[in-house]
Amino acid sequence: MIRIQVDMQRCQHYGQCVLEAPDVFELDADNLLEWRAEAADDQRTNVEAAMDVCPMQAIRLVD
Amino acid sequence: MPQPVVIVGASLAGLRTAESLRRLGWTDGILVVGDEPHAPYSRPMLSKEFLRSEIADDEVALPRRSSTADAAWLLGTRVVSADLDRREVATASGEVLGYGTLVVATGLRPRRLAVPGAGLPGTYALRGLDDAVRLRTALRGTPRVVVVGAGFVGCEIAAAARTLGCDVTVVMRDGLPLRRVLGQELAAELMRRHVGHGVRFAAHTEVVAVRGGPHVTGVELRDGTVIPCDVVVGAVGSLPNVEWLAGNDAVADDGLLTDTGMHVQRADGTSWDDVLAVGDVARFPNPRFGGAPARVEHWNTAAETARRAATMVVARRRGADDLAAAEAERFAPIPSFWSDQLDAHLLAYGRLEVADRAEILEGDLAGDCVVGYYRDGALVGVCGLGDRRAIMRHRDAVGQELPLPTA
Repeated sequence: MIRIQVDMQRCQHYGQCVLEAPDVFELDADNLLEWRAEAADDQRTNVEAAMDVCPMQAIRLVD
Repeated sequence: MPQPVVIVGASLAGLRTAESLRRLGWTDGILVVGDEPHAPYSRPMLSKEFLRSEIADDEVALPRRSSTADAAWLLGTRVVSADLDRREVATASGEVLGYGTLVVATGLRPRRLAVPGAGLPGTYALRGLDDAVRLRTALRGTPRVVVVGAGFVGCEIAAAARTLGCDVTVVMRDGLPLRRVLGQELAAELMRRHVGHGVRFAAHTEVVAVRGGPHVTGVELRDGTVIPCDVVVGAVGSLPNVEWLAGNDAVADDGLLTDTGMHVQRADGTSWDDVLAVGDVARFPNPRFGGAPARVEHWNTAAETARRAATMVVARRRGADDLAAAEAERFAPIPSFWSDQLDAHLLAYGRLEVADRAEILEGDLAGDCVVGYYRDGALVGVCGLGDRRAIMRHRDAVGQELPLPTA
């Protein structure tokens, strides 16, 4: 299990993470970010890719 | 001990190259050399959030992964020359660094205003963190600002300055901001929104002189008009940092020409096995957009080209079969970018600037919309205002209809 944090003070809802890890991140009907705080280990690579593409560098993996 | 991979440019592209090498199993030395004193940081927010809010310098830093903890970092060190036959680069202080593989990630620098008075105190350009800190400080006193140039950087600086309450005029050669990229209709809407927030435009003209002394007092336009101001920001494009590679027969015409594996090319069409370029400085072919080599100055291109280059470096070490397999893999990234300007939130995928036609696919310009960009009838990009989910839904269709490349 991996744990994911998003700093919502920083997040600007650009949605770049959604393309990299669609099972973890999505934009809701108002185009605001929703995400799972926990995901299976096999999502680690996708979440790391999402961290990389986040323009605000707002995503963290908590080990 | 084998010579390290030397990455010149401690940028996003440089960092991603180092990380990708480690992720792909590269265990030999990695040395990253950067001319700025800063560790790699996120550049896009410098012209947006950083200017208009109080983000601390260290908050723009890119996280350092444990995977690259054993890479060597030589910051505050400018590489001034290279001898690609001897596999050496030299720093400004005269130190010579040998490499096994060289990765060029030196990016761009702003083109400076080339008019009388352009060096006066009160004139700025934006590329790096230090530039952004200086400009942000200058904007804090809500000065009268003239932004020269209406590309992404110019428009974003104008928007940030206006958000801060500055009196802002954008001087542009064209009649509309960003028209070359966005096309007539979306550019007109963008300008309408800027004007709605009080940004002024001086269109179809250019700055011929910066007035003042000792400090800036205004800019003079071609017709003699003077716009009084306290701050002038030159946002007139950028130049690839390739001069340090002079004398090596690399094709350095608008960046470094590379093959599809990011290997830097010689004038005779051959390429170096051990010299690659990544990020803004690389002019590479992308079969998704017809295969003509182009530089792409967008955020995700840095990471994508870095990964591609690292794949080649690792595959070459593993042997001919691995290298052939890596080279056969199609490299066709979809550029992705965004821009925040007042109430205009742009999100785009693809290469809008190569289009010959644009068409509204969803919504309307005054509200949220998605615009499709076509070349020879094929979708080469989408760009929208507002509704990001709607824009994203069109992403996968970008570049799907172009014929496969022959080279």
